[in-house]
Amino acid sequence: MTAPTDHRPPEASATAFTDALNAFTDRPHEPPPLQLIAPDGTLTLPPEQTPGYRPALLRTLYRDMRMSRELDTEATALQRQGELGLWPPLLGQEAAQVGSAHALRPDDYVFPSYREHGVAWCRGVDPVDVVKLYRGVTNGGWDPRETNFHLYTLVVGAHVLHATGYAMSLAKRGSDAVAVAYFGDGASSEGDVAEAFTFAAVHDAPVLFFCQNNQWAISEPVTRQTNSPLHRRARGFGFPGVRVDGNDALAVHAVTRHALDHIRGGGGPFLVEAFTYRMGAHTTSDDPTRYRPPAELEQWRAKDPLARLRTHLTAAGHAAPDFFDEVEQQARELAHRVRHAVRTMPDPERLGVFDHVHAEGHALVDEERRGFEEYERSFTDPERP
Amino acid sequence: MTLAKALNLSLRTALEDDRDVLVMGEDVGRLGGVFRVTDGLQKDFGEDRVMDSPLAESGIVGTAIGLALGGYRPVVEIQFDGFVFPAYDQIVTQLAKLHARSGGTLRMPVVIRIPYGGGIGAVEHHSESPEALFAHVAGLKVVSPSNPSDAYWMLRQAVRSDDPVIFFEPKRRYWDTGAVDPDATPPPLHRAQIVRAGTDLTLVAYGPSVKLCVEAAEAAAADGHSLEVVDLRSVSPVDFDTVQTSVEKTHRLVVVHEAPVFFGAGAEIAARITTRCFYTLEAPVLRVGGHHAPYPPARLERHYLPDLDRVLATVDHSLAY
Repeated sequence: MTAPTDHRPPEASATAFTDALNAFTDRPHEPPPLQLIAPDGTLTLPPEQTPGYRPALLRTLYRDMRMSRELDTEATALQRQGELGLWPPLLGQEAAQVGSAHALRPDDYVFPSYREHGVAWCRGVDPVDVVKLYRGVTNGGWDPRETNFHLYTLVVGAHVLHATGYAMSLAKRGSDAVAVAYFGDGASSEGDVAEAFTFAAVHDAPVLFFCQNNQWAISEPVTRQTNSPLHRRARGFGFPGVRVDGNDALAVHAVTRHALDHIRGGGGPFLVEAFTYRMGAHTTSDDPTRYRPPAELEQWRAKDPLARLRTHLTAAGHAAPDFFDEVEQQARELAHRVRHAVRTMPDPERLGVFDHVHAEGHALVDEERRGFEEYERSFTDPERP
Repeated sequence: MTLAKALNLSLRTALEDDRDVLVMGEDVGRLGGVFRVTDGLQKDFGEDRVMDSPLAESGIVGTAIGLALGGYRPVVEIQFDGFVFPAYDQIVTQLAKLHARSGGTLRMPVVIRIPYGGGIGAVEHHSESPEALFAHVAGLKVVSPSNPSDAYWMLRQAVRSDDPVIFFEPKRRYWDTGAVDPDATPPPLHRAQIVRAGTDLTLVAYGPSVKLCVEAAEAAAADGHSLEVVDLRSVSPVDFDTVQTSVEKTHRLVVVHEAPVFFGAGAEIAARITTRCFYTLEAPVLRVGGHHAPYPPARLERHYLPDLDRVLATVDHSLAY
């Protein structure tokens, strides 16, 4: 028996090979998120070089962010008072939502997850309809076809595939409209999001993947979801991805506009990662003080999207105090309207559980409805068995 | 023609009749599907309408939902029964519920074709019968043809349906032949059919087990017993009226399916028919089906699947009450 031998010569210096390997394995340099208005309200580029820089747009973005925040504040209060079963606050994500929503066309179709109250507002969905789901009077809330804003999807990531399929249908019909999927950093871990990227890429589907990286998936930081900047995932699937300062409404608007132009021009899918922060809880059911350092919240509070735009609007002379007074008045009116509507909202009809289970009926559902009706009648007509 | 050819013709006709019908799935294009059910369709209707999908079941069903929202009528193929589960979330939490969630404004005309059941000597995950898992979900309709004519017509009806339909194809019957009349007037999709009349006992089955029950009825006839065989055709909804009428005539009921008996379709049929026919039944409703065990390796499946002897033994058991 002979011992195994290795007759290979000692490793020669293989610098070229090592360099070639490193070209694959080195982590790429990460640029800072794209920004147009700094947290102190100053422009990062001269106004004439700042895409989309129009005072009227800036005022609209501010107004809609303020309205979104008011709806959010009011709904959070309503939940605390027992009027809503749950509420997922958007506090801090107003710029990501409103900035992107204003870049869309009415015929683009939005697939939200469940926190997109600001997008819903911009699409013209009645805020009263938005709170219905959380009040527990419906599992839907609005007719998606009226505003091209789909129903909320509570199973994270599932709707990203729906957006992709819808985008495929748009392409087949020769439309230049775009499907837009809003999802979060937590959802990016779901297989459905990866599958949506695959389907969209191989079909060149006109879909915008809009990821709001708010840093936390309930109690799990984004480092529990990914070891790579989320926007870089797109490149691996074969389409572009950009990280934008999600607290800068103007930058979000400009980047979304760019992405939509790319998609409409036949360029295929695009991923925008809005780098932002959820300043509130994931939902009213969790307590962020259990999992989040206070210093982190303070750090992000300094980047508040509303304060930033207000500072800029004032400093640039684009809005006088009476503009802000008017917006505050509108916000208060919205809050009153939502509060009144929620507290007077009737419960749905009991037999509603059998409504629309199927488009074409189902013998068992019909039978169970009849049985339940009989049972209900037995209380009003004691002669009946 | 064979059942597989009947399905192929059905899809071809559906694609011809309606520009919005799409066929999607893994290998459905150039290969024509692993069972060749979609053979030649991509060649004739193009890659835009007969689409090879990425290897991702959740993606297939999830994008089909989006295509349906865009006005299309996707017919998707899941390659084998045991591979449907990555898509189960999309089917159960999304496809089944969107019509109800939208208050009836959104429609989900999606057909999910799933070759199912055993008897072809396949390897693990290729021989399962998950129909009860789908029938339990409100919002879905679940059907399974047992012969080529039903395969043709039931698939055409499923494609025209505005509801999501889980279409289970009995893979061991793909090569069975029978007449298909494209000019016939088919019964409604969810109506059961009496495939053999009898007076002593009712056998209820669907899909692959119907043929077995007809064979059992023939064997029992030699012993002087007259068995009626009901082909359920639809597992959700179940046509209980037809089963009830039969049981009121025969006073005995045995349900046969390949899926495990425990919490299976037979349990639901037994419970509802017992409620409806309590005073006419001469024996408890009995069931024949798979064991509460993972589907076994192919060399053992003949002991797992209901066979003629097990069906006849159960028939004898019922008749002995």
